Amino acid sequence: METNEKLRGADIFVRSLIDEGVTHLFGYPGGAVLHIYDALYKQQEINHILVRHEQGATHAADGYARATGKPGVVLVTSGPGVTNAITGIATAYMDSIPLVVFSGQVITSMIGNDAFQEVDAIGISRPCVKHNFLVKDVKDLASTIKKAFYVAMSGRPGPVLVDIPKDVTADMCDYSYPKDIEMRSYRPVTKGHPGQIKRAIKMLMSAKKPMVYTGGGVILSDAHEELTFMTQKLGYPITNTLMGLGGYPATDKQFLGMLGMHGTYEANMAMHHCDVLLAIGARFDDRVTGDLEKFCPYARIIHIDVDPASIAKNVPVDIPIVGDVKSVLSDINKSLESQLHKIDKEAIALWWNQIHEWQKMDCLRFDRQSEKIKPQHVIETLYNLTNGDAYVTSDVGQHQMWAAQFYKFNKPRRWINSGGLGTMGFGLPAAMGVKVAHPDDTVVCISGEASLVMCIQELSTCLQYGLPVKIILLNNRYMGMVRQWQEFFYDKRYSHSYMDALPDFTKLAESFGHVGLRVEKSSDVKGALEEGLAMTDRLVLMNFITDQTENVYPMIAAGKGQHEMHLTPERELA
Amino acid sequence: MRHILSLLVENEAGALSRISGLFSARAFNIESLTVAPTEDESLSRMTIVTTGSDQIIEQITKQLNKLVDVIKVIDLNERNYIERELLLIKLDSTKIGTPQLESIVSEFKGVVIDDSDNTITIELINTGEVLDSFIDKLEKDWIFEVVRTGVSGIALGASVIKY
Repeated sequence: METNEKLRGADIFVRSLIDEGVTHLFGYPGGAVLHIYDALYKQQEINHILVRHEQGATHAADGYARATGKPGVVLVTSGPGVTNAITGIATAYMDSIPLVVFSGQVITSMIGNDAFQEVDAIGISRPCVKHNFLVKDVKDLASTIKKAFYVAMSGRPGPVLVDIPKDVTADMCDYSYPKDIEMRSYRPVTKGHPGQIKRAIKMLMSAKKPMVYTGGGVILSDAHEELTFMTQKLGYPITNTLMGLGGYPATDKQFLGMLGMHGTYEANMAMHHCDVLLAIGARFDDRVTGDLEKFCPYARIIHIDVDPASIAKNVPVDIPIVGDVKSVLSDINKSLESQLHKIDKEAIALWWNQIHEWQKMDCLRFDRQSEKIKPQHVIETLYNLTNGDAYVTSDVGQHQMWAAQFYKFNKPRRWINSGGLGTMGFGLPAAMGVKVAHPDDTVVCISGEASLVMCIQELSTCLQYGLPVKIILLNNRYMGMVRQWQEFFYDKRYSHSYMDALPDFTKLAESFGHVGLRVEKSSDVKGALEEGLAMTDRLVLMNFITDQTENVYPMIAAGKGQHEMHLTPERELA
Repeated sequence: MRHILSLLVENEAGALSRISGLFSARAFNIESLTVAPTEDESLSRMTIVTTGSDQIIEQITKQLNKLVDVIKVIDLNERNYIERELLLIKLDSTKIGTPQLESIVSEFKGVVIDDSDNTITIELINTGEVLDSFIDKLEKDWIFEVVRTGVSGIALGASVIKY
């Protein structure tokens, strides 16, 4: 961009986004951002998507970011605009998703005066952003925007909030967008230490019962190819966390399924019994480890992560490697070939025999004869009909776990869910953001009737911008996961987990200008999905009336070890 | 175990609340925190006294380093260091015999910085431990007011923490 061009703050804002390469902006106007909205009105480069609630804007930008690897960009007004956005910001923060959220603020001289629609956006967002900035002078606006994108995207990604007082958007100054940015206090390490990498390879070669455990970091750093290459060269079993699904092809024979609280029997047992654990871009979350005292008792652990604070936070590690997962894995792959002959093939064959025994448990079995619609059956059929190639978002609860278990993701960035924060209401706006990014792909939101209504207003946005996502509503008239816990741990006292007075979802979809389908019989599942998916230019809400009391298995109860799983009732482990 | 962390941070509004917020959000202990600009006005030097197991101190150090405003974090316990704290204490001079007080103050190398209106104010610079034992030597009902700065620390010898 040419320099020494005097512009108004609002125009500097828009020009900076254009120069940053932003093409889509999810937002909602209000008093403090009116100058900016006026500037947006006068340009063509940035597509603004008007959401119906600021939470929807952040989730949509989040879905966009997860599906593309590009930062999601949000614009909201001051006060309630930014407080509404907080849930979405916290959701992105917990899953390390790069968002840049711009919030309007009252004029500089009024800050701290309890002005109309004033909230301390910096203070209120601080614990759930990677970093935030208050722009007090229009001269700092362009460079702050540059910094915000740099911080959001580099190292361990995350949301960054930029608070812009209204007067700053009216002030004039020379515009130039910085090409590079240098921050002395922020220099994330990307390259893994060669000595540590060497030690890690040596340890991997010495394993008799190895296990590869990978998380969202593989997806975030686009390291799926490097991971697949390495794992297949090694011939070792691999599991993914909820956030890591799609990082390794789920239909590959070395893949043991997801691990953790609702992971597969084989994945959790292999974790428990392994002697060398290679953890990659995963953070040993409590939903993965279960009781830390009982976690991987026989394993020496190698941990690769871009965030040093994630290493040895919950579990002591033998070989820490700080670095970008993609960079570290490609370094490993460079020296792997010459070392492979050291693998104890006999021991690994025995280990696989053991794993195959565990796999015979068929832990994801469900009743296929049932006349009632089984949620697993819906997702399995969806998987088959979409050839495993759809972008799938979910909300939070049982349907999320079934989606993770039964939709086999062979590619990264296809599975989009709120893993860390567990935000109900995420699915629909996230699907909207994905559809914005990938208009020609099938985008499906798997939801429950409790989650879906939390951001149902975004059906309007979908109509306005022609975003024909497919909603697979697994409607069991319960907050299913809450009900499941109440059944198991509270003597079936179903306290406030029943969804009374539900809307007619068909009419609801229609009233928003979309198509609604109601499906009640198991035998109609396939036909309904085919019908819904075939309407490629319409948003279709497929309301599957499912078996009310179906539970998610396997399950590791809170505080239990990975080897202490509950399987379906008729096959409970001793 | 007690650790003294020495930090170089950007001298920017909000840096202090990011750091104190980190301690409360992650339930880390904080015994004292002092902060002031350095010879380079764009930088602040902060000394934090905290307690925790080695694993917790490692987490604290890593989490502090992760903050975008933090340039450097040094655990002074890993090297030879000296720590000092300033105490200002105001006493009721009507209750204390002068020779008795003089002997305590001179034993601790304190300085009387104000003596008026039946009060006497003493300044003392030393380690927190010494300040504690000085206060212990005084009767409770002599004391009007205790003001302490919290600990500042610096490494001994050639070891320098600089950007």
